Amino acid sequence: MTPSAPVALPPASVEGEPRGALAACAAFARHSAAILAVEVRKMLRDPTDLFTRAVQPLLWLLVFGQVFTRTRAIPTGPLSYIEFMAPGVLAQSVLFTAIFYGIGVIWERDLGVVHKLLASPASRTSLVFGKAMAAGIRTVSQAVIIVLLAVIMGVRVRFDPMSLIGVVCAVMLGGALFSTFSLVIACIVKTRDRFMGIGQLLTMPLFFASNAIYPLEMMPRWLRAVAQYNPLTYLVEALRALMVQGGASSAGLPADFAVLMLVFIAFVLLAARLFPGLVR
Amino acid sequence: MRATTSVTTDAPVVRTIALTRRFGSLLAVDALDLTIAAGTIFGLLGSNGAGKTTVIRMLTTLLPPTSGTAEVAGYDIVRDAARVRRHIGYVPQLLSADGALTGYENLLLSARLYDVPRAEQKPRITEALAFMGLDAAAHTLVRTYSGGMVRRLEVAQATLHHPTVLFLDEPTIGLDPIARRAVWERLKQSRQQFAMTMLITTHDMEEAEVLCDSLAIMHSGRIAALGTPAALKGQLGPHATLDDVFVKAAGGSIDQGGGYRDTVRTRSTTARLG
Ligand SMILES: Nc1ncnc2c1ncn2[C@@H]1O[C@H](COP(=O)(O)OP(=O)(O)OP(=O)(O)O)[C@@H](O)[C@H]1O
Ligand SMILES: [Mg+2]
Repeated sequence: MTPSAPVALPPASVEGEPRGALAACAAFARHSAAILAVEVRKMLRDPTDLFTRAVQPLLWLLVFGQVFTRTRAIPTGPLSYIEFMAPGVLAQSVLFTAIFYGIGVIWERDLGVVHKLLASPASRTSLVFGKAMAAGIRTVSQAVIIVLLAVIMGVRVRFDPMSLIGVVCAVMLGGALFSTFSLVIACIVKTRDRFMGIGQLLTMPLFFASNAIYPLEMMPRWLRAVAQYNPLTYLVEALRALMVQGGASSAGLPADFAVLMLVFIAFVLLAARLFPGLVR
Repeated sequence: MRATTSVTTDAPVVRTIALTRRFGSLLAVDALDLTIAAGTIFGLLGSNGAGKTTVIRMLTTLLPPTSGTAEVAGYDIVRDAARVRRHIGYVPQLLSADGALTGYENLLLSARLYDVPRAEQKPRITEALAFMGLDAAAHTLVRTYSGGMVRRLEVAQATLHHPTVLFLDEPTIGLDPIARRAVWERLKQSRQQFAMTMLITTHDMEEAEVLCDSLAIMHSGRIAALGTPAALKGQLGPHATLDDVFVKAAGGSIDQGGGYRDTVRTRSTTARLG
């Protein structure tokens, strides 16, 4: 015994530590669910913005949609122009909502809420994933509103349950994907002012470099190349096939979902890496 | 059983080894060597900008050290950060409960993220709310709480999962004397029941004296004085107060460093709470 040099304490027991892959998955699910639950609760507490967000898509459909349906300037195959653009407008509204998700996280960082999350045993991936799921759920209200608007405006919407479920899944995946992208940006720029600038800078190019309101075939070659790397294009394709009678996806639905899923997973892993940097 | 209870109280639960943090050219924490024995309440004092919060942010794994390292509950804060996080609780200097949730929901979130067993979540939350005098406000939004209520809620949150080590950054700032005492009681009770070790920063000399077993006074990122409150006073003479000890160790002048950032943050937090 050397009382002058205290012996380091043996590691505290690791009773709470997940052992094995299964336990790790269970912990991941529990922690994500905890985050998801509080985010959804906050959302339900203040549902006004769920409806104010429907205004912009309404304008797009009413003004842009009706004008271009009349001019018939855009070749849209078997679909009328409004049928062609309705899924695009839904995808756009998902993008525009999700892309500003990061600003809320920066706000939470300024309040110290993020510090506490990051000092907890929940893995960073589970925190990011829980937030992404909440952002995904957020977009479902937009899907409901825009599908109803589309019906009113004469779009022949597919009403079989599988298609409706497909629309909801696609929209949630898109919302989760772009909100996680937004979180990545938040972790890089770190301040609200810079984020607003970047967010505004990104949304329009993402929107216009996609097939949301005109077909890929109409684009100049360089833009088409860009659009083919834009996840929004795959969301629009999937929604066009799922939402509208006679609509089809050029790559096929499984391919669209696979692309969205892979990009989403990549963003989650990237955001989980960058998230701790937000509080440094 | 937790391993800590079977170990002699002399063994350190926190040990920093030349722990250093720079911000650009500023040396915020300068090769700090510190040990905290199991079951003690250790007070970290020092003027604004001395580096207290930076030490806590490194020990809670939120901020990587520039050099050096530390062990918390037996795990290295750099190599084993995820394990460290399973054994700590943290009350940040900022008021950081989620204002858009109720007190109960904040506690439930903590319980779930910190893996409190499901069956124990509710009883522990109820007990914590009652102990902190928040049962009446349990189901109102934290946005409407006073600053002192938020602070008490945060202490309740941080002790819910019975961590091995609890880090508290100015936990009683802005509390009225009764609320302050409630927090002290809670901390003492937690130590007694669960052999918790605590590192607490404070500018309140009474708190340092009443609550802490051991004190370190930091100045410009280094330890300027270390010992029990009684020993520190004893070194200065029979009638010395802790204030005297502090003034001597902290150099007696207003520190140039820091302060501003935290002041801004504290202000904006106050604004948030109306
Ligand atoms: N993220 C940061 N970037 C740059 N400088 C920082 C950062 N965080 C802290 N500092 C600086 O490091 C020094 C120590 O700050 P710290 O917050 O640790 O002080 P403190 O002892 O907690 O002070 P207080 O009593 O005011 O809370 C200060 O000079 C501060 O300005
Ligand atoms: Mg501080």
